[in-house]
Amino acid sequence: MAAITLSHVVKKYSDGFAAVNDVSLDIEDGEFVILVGPSGCGKSTLLRMVVGLEDITDGEISIDGDVVNDKAPRDRKLAMVFQNYALYPHLSVFENIAFPLRLEKGRYSEEEVRRRVEKAASTLELQEHLDRKPANLSGGQRQRVAMGRAIVREARAFLFDEPLSNLDAKLRGQMRTEIARMQRRLGTTTIYVTHDQTEAMTLGDRVAVLKKGVLQQVASPRALYEHPVNLFVAGFIGSPPMNFLPGEVDGDVLRLPLAEVPLTDELRSRIGDRDLVIVGLRPEHLEDADTLDDETRGHGVTFEADVDVVEWLGAELYAYIPFETRDDVADTLAELDRELDGENMRTQLVAALGAESHVRDGDVAELWFDPARLLVFDPESGDNLTYDEESARRSDEESVEERRRATERARKRADRSRDRDTAA
Amino acid sequence: MSGRSTAWWWVGALAIVLYCMFPVAWIVSLSLKAPSDLDNGSFLPSAVTWQNYELILTGSASELFLPALRNSVGICLIATGIAVVLAALCAYAVARLDFPGKAFVLGLSLAVSMFPVISIVTPLFNIWRAIGLFDTWAGLVIPYLSITLPLSIWTLTAFFREIPWEMEQAAQVDGATTAQAFRKVIVPLAGPGVATTAIIAFFLAWNDFVYGISLTSTEAARPVPAALAFFTGASQFEEPTGAISAAAVIVTIPVVVLVLLFQRQIVAGLTQGAVKG
Amino acid sequence: MSATTSTAPPPQRAPRTPHRSDRARQEARLGMMLCAPAILVLLAVVGYPILQAVWDSLFSYKLTNPDARSFVGLGNFVLVLSDSIWWQALGVTVLITVVTVAVELVLGFALALVMNNALSTLRPALRTAILIPYAIITVVSAFAFRFMFDLTSGFMNLWLPFVPEDLDWFGSFGTSMAVVALSEIWKTTPFISLLLLSGLAQVPGELQEAAKVDGATWWQRMRRVTIPNMKAAIMVALLFRTLDAFRIFDNIFIMTNGAAGTESVAFLAYRQTIQRLEIGIGSAVSVLLTIAVALIAVMFVKGFKVNLAGSTRAGR
Repeated sequence: MAAITLSHVVKKYSDGFAAVNDVSLDIEDGEFVILVGPSGCGKSTLLRMVVGLEDITDGEISIDGDVVNDKAPRDRKLAMVFQNYALYPHLSVFENIAFPLRLEKGRYSEEEVRRRVEKAASTLELQEHLDRKPANLSGGQRQRVAMGRAIVREARAFLFDEPLSNLDAKLRGQMRTEIARMQRRLGTTTIYVTHDQTEAMTLGDRVAVLKKGVLQQVASPRALYEHPVNLFVAGFIGSPPMNFLPGEVDGDVLRLPLAEVPLTDELRSRIGDRDLVIVGLRPEHLEDADTLDDETRGHGVTFEADVDVVEWLGAELYAYIPFETRDDVADTLAELDRELDGENMRTQLVAALGAESHVRDGDVAELWFDPARLLVFDPESGDNLTYDEESARRSDEESVEERRRATERARKRADRSRDRDTAA
Repeated sequence: MSGRSTAWWWVGALAIVLYCMFPVAWIVSLSLKAPSDLDNGSFLPSAVTWQNYELILTGSASELFLPALRNSVGICLIATGIAVVLAALCAYAVARLDFPGKAFVLGLSLAVSMFPVISIVTPLFNIWRAIGLFDTWAGLVIPYLSITLPLSIWTLTAFFREIPWEMEQAAQVDGATTAQAFRKVIVPLAGPGVATTAIIAFFLAWNDFVYGISLTSTEAARPVPAALAFFTGASQFEEPTGAISAAAVIVTIPVVVLVLLFQRQIVAGLTQGAVKG
Repeated sequence: MSATTSTAPPPQRAPRTPHRSDRARQEARLGMMLCAPAILVLLAVVGYPILQAVWDSLFSYKLTNPDARSFVGLGNFVLVLSDSIWWQALGVTVLITVVTVAVELVLGFALALVMNNALSTLRPALRTAILIPYAIITVVSAFAFRFMFDLTSGFMNLWLPFVPEDLDWFGSFGTSMAVVALSEIWKTTPFISLLLLSGLAQVPGELQEAAKVDGATWWQRMRRVTIPNMKAAIMVALLFRTLDAFRIFDNIFIMTNGAAGTESVAFLAYRQTIQRLEIGIGSAVSVLLTIAVALIAVMFVKGFKVNLAGSTRAGR
């Protein structure tokens, strides 16, 4: 187990393209860190630099204080699970898991190898499959074999490169919890690359968001969701994605395409002398006014909207409301959309309403939101003007504390069951 | 990859080029040596001379060499052409149609290609003499098919299996007639594979020596490789080294040109059938 | 050149009712019709002569004296198999086959590795270079090597250290065989290396990386990951080259003409039939050679199937 430190890490290709640009990141011992971003953001490259499969152009990567820049992968003692699992097709499951041990000739006795492999196999419930070849395993089983290979080595850290992207949706959910459970129990430092924000939000202690090789924000999932530093992070985290609307400052109000928001002093000071901002509002922060009591309605903004299409999903209901955007922010938003791998469809507002809402296609609905939930961004730089460092930090600290307790509980439970096993 | 290992791969690459070119460069160099210069004990000629080429193209050895060249080109082209046409029909059927005996077709052509050519020569020598095919073009074209046809069937089958045949149907749905679909879709798709197969088959026929030396006796049909073995020097007591070298260079030129033009396709053709199976 | 039918995955067919539909029957008829010309030609060109050879081998038959043709049963075979010339030729053939194929496999693997790792800018040049020995006429390469080692025109004795200047390479068995093998190796290694290269290309790069992370050295990755995963390509290359080397004729004809005990089986068959016109004995040698080649092929394919099933089905 180890702490991993990246300091001003750069990866430049011979054509001058910087896949990773000046990334610094401290990963503590036992921490689960996610690298997330749209395709081509450099997250996999960064992971491969940590494990030693890519050269480091500039900067330093150290593991437990030792700079490993020039060390071969085999000397870094890390374990990696690849996207396609990279199982050795000619070896049985047992031999696949034993592979790293077999490489160190003479270090492990046959008995020791067997003991370790069987232990890993029982952790992963692979005991019955040890004699099979990888080709005869299901996707989830292959995934577990790949994890077994990582466990058996007692590596200093686990690295995962989009390990669930080849599984179907249901299995992906199962494997996600599996990975989380295993990491809590083993307490091994883990770096996990994904483009899937659900995985990012559910698995990580901290999530590092990358865009075009540049680190945007590193924070707990909750802080990322509530306090994104800029448009990119705000747009990337959350599903359905955050709505972005042009906001015009007009005297005491902030004029949005569909509604007007009274400007508080706090908001006014943050906006400064800008006349135009981009306003972010999460779909789940919009409510059907009909379903609210009068008191709640009172301290929020209500507006009427022509609902174009409704999607009823059982637990919630998505209402789509087209609106006219302004040319001066359209470019910024189109650019953002491209960065997020979006399709740049027509501008529309998405509202995630409660399932009890009776809004239907073509209705004129009365919608409500709490203006305190609004995020305001600078239209040029994309910076979050409403970013509150203090509460972001608090949110991070809470997550760390929660996480510490969860890990402790998991370890205690593991200890208890071991004691039971030995007592029996 | 670190700088040092890149340098090693460069050295390796250079070694490969040297390895492949060395004997070729040697025979070219030899062809440019004058007879008196042959025993200079050095790789390069003391003075470059074209007299060996004159000897085989216009001089006394031309009676041996030029007909042989004509025979080689003609016989190999005919044998390649027939093989590719027959193989194309066969490979199309194997790749696209479902019929009993596919495995037999592939198995038979594989078995034939593994066959020792010399074992066919023995009986053919006798039969050809009896029916008058000995020392004729036809007498070589027919046995050459035993070399070119199995290879063509295998290579073309491998190529044809890779072709997205549904394109043909797509073209017909798009309104093309059968003839148009064939001309505008199938020919461009299958063309490169057929051409590559033809080149490889031609190489094999061009390389033959056993049939050439066993089934011919005069310049009526004797191909170049066999003719090279019959070269004699300008005088009885002179080694024909220079003349052989010059002739070797000339028959190597078309091969090198084809390789330069089609290297990518040839590699695909040589390995596709073999490894994918 | 291609793999055995056993390497092909069995065609996926829907379970068929005993009654073929009209359409299926038509398709089958068309398929057989399209294949018929090629198959008939192959049978005529190879099948008929080989039967004729088997027939001829049962007679004492000399072209110089055709009237004295008489049936001797297996007499020719007894004659051949009890003669030391046959065993000498077989020994030479086996020796050349084993030596050249072994060297070619190692050398070809090295070439394939270099090509696989060479920068992509170098690759076309390498591919062109490597095809040249493959495409050059065997007779030409044989002459090139013969002249290289020749006492008059050669330069090798001057270039090579520890070699007396007047060494006649073609004067004794060992040195002649060395030059013959050298020429054979030069000419056919590229073919092997191309097959191995395409085998190498089929080993996923991710496996290499995984092994690196798992702590494997270069040599361990080669031995434990790369080579086991390209067994199929190696076996195909071995099979083709072994059968090919077993038929060696051109090099020996040009370089030694069978002198110094370097006669191979194919050369023996040629000399008996074409030079001595001993059709009966020559046919017997041809038949024996065919049997030997078939035995090698069967041996390979038998051992082969097992390996293939293991390595191809275990894809990701």
